[in-house]
Amino acid sequence: MDTPKTAELAHIGRSVTVKGELSGSEDLFIDGQVEGTIELRGNNLTIGPHGFVKAHVNAKDVVVQGKLEGNIQASQRAQLQKSAVAMGDIVTKRVAIEEGAFFKGKIDVQAEGGKGDAAEHTKSEMKSRGVGGSSE
Amino acid sequence: MKLFRGSSVASDHGTATAQARARLTRRSSGVAELTKMLATESTLCVLDLGSTSAANIRYLTELGHRIYSEDLLEASADPALAMKNSEGTPVLDDKRFLSENLIHPSGQFDMVFFWNLADYMDESLVKPVIGRLWSLLKPGGVLLAFFHTREAGPDAPCYRYHIVGGDMLEMQHIQTGRDASARSGSSPHLQRVFNNRHIENLFRDFSSIKFFLARDNVREVLVVR
Repeated sequence: MDTPKTAELAHIGRSVTVKGELSGSEDLFIDGQVEGTIELRGNNLTIGPHGFVKAHVNAKDVVVQGKLEGNIQASQRAQLQKSAVAMGDIVTKRVAIEEGAFFKGKIDVQAEGGKGDAAEHTKSEMKSRGVGGSSE
Repeated sequence: MKLFRGSSVASDHGTATAQARARLTRRSSGVAELTKMLATESTLCVLDLGSTSAANIRYLTELGHRIYSEDLLEASADPALAMKNSEGTPVLDDKRFLSENLIHPSGQFDMVFFWNLADYMDESLVKPVIGRLWSLLKPGGVLLAFFHTREAGPDAPCYRYHIVGGDMLEMQHIQTGRDASARSGSSPHLQRVFNNRHIENLFRDFSSIKFFLARDNVREVLVVR
């Protein structure tokens, strides 16, 4: 299981259910159920393989391994791993979607310093994840 | 129109799994036309109606376009859609389907990849879905669809298509179901084969229609709203 490797990491375990607004200034790993909104701004959010989140999410990096129903606003990067089931819109600068992930919604990759820059970042990100099968 | 009911050969899970892993490539005249448009126009709004394809998302976002992904075939397999019409024939509830899927503002999209869905979706959904897509496309917007020719049999494999650039597509055999156990299970069956007249009728509200005949018993159809 991939968890963010930072000194400060909040963890919501499998048996925990949270309803309401979640905000904070440290990274968050969710393997339980959360319904509401999640505001982490400059920090990272990981939805673990058992996590089920029904919320609009705002964070720096967002990694989805479990299930998410809601929009993702990631100031840096959004990543859907192969076990992810995500329904909602994604607005970010870089996106990585692994083969096998399920996604329903819109992806809007926003330019960092112009369209070319954003495209280049997206490309390198995708290559690093090895998605797209034999197309690389 | 030639209708198929069920499969002539029982599905073999091992074979299906092996087919799912293998990927084939094919040239596509329709995709070639669309990639010209994708390369020359900026920030297009594109709707991909096949299974989630990381390759398509990558290809389109790299070019600066906005992509919407929606797996219509998966959605049409929802058991809650099953009902019977006034004659007692089992059909799918198209009104419910359209209340849960393809919910976007009218005239939002410049381009729709409809792929081969018309051949694999339940017949009761095909016309309503195409009607909805007409309203979702901007005037002048384009839609690409693939149709099997009559040489294709009921076990013609269902592929999801990945755009790999230029006029090339990568084809991956798909199974229905969102979880791993379902993916190793059944593959969607070809429901029917449309002839040219039926295809023209399906898209009669569109302003133009162009056919490309491919070698693999598939016709590519590019329509403009």
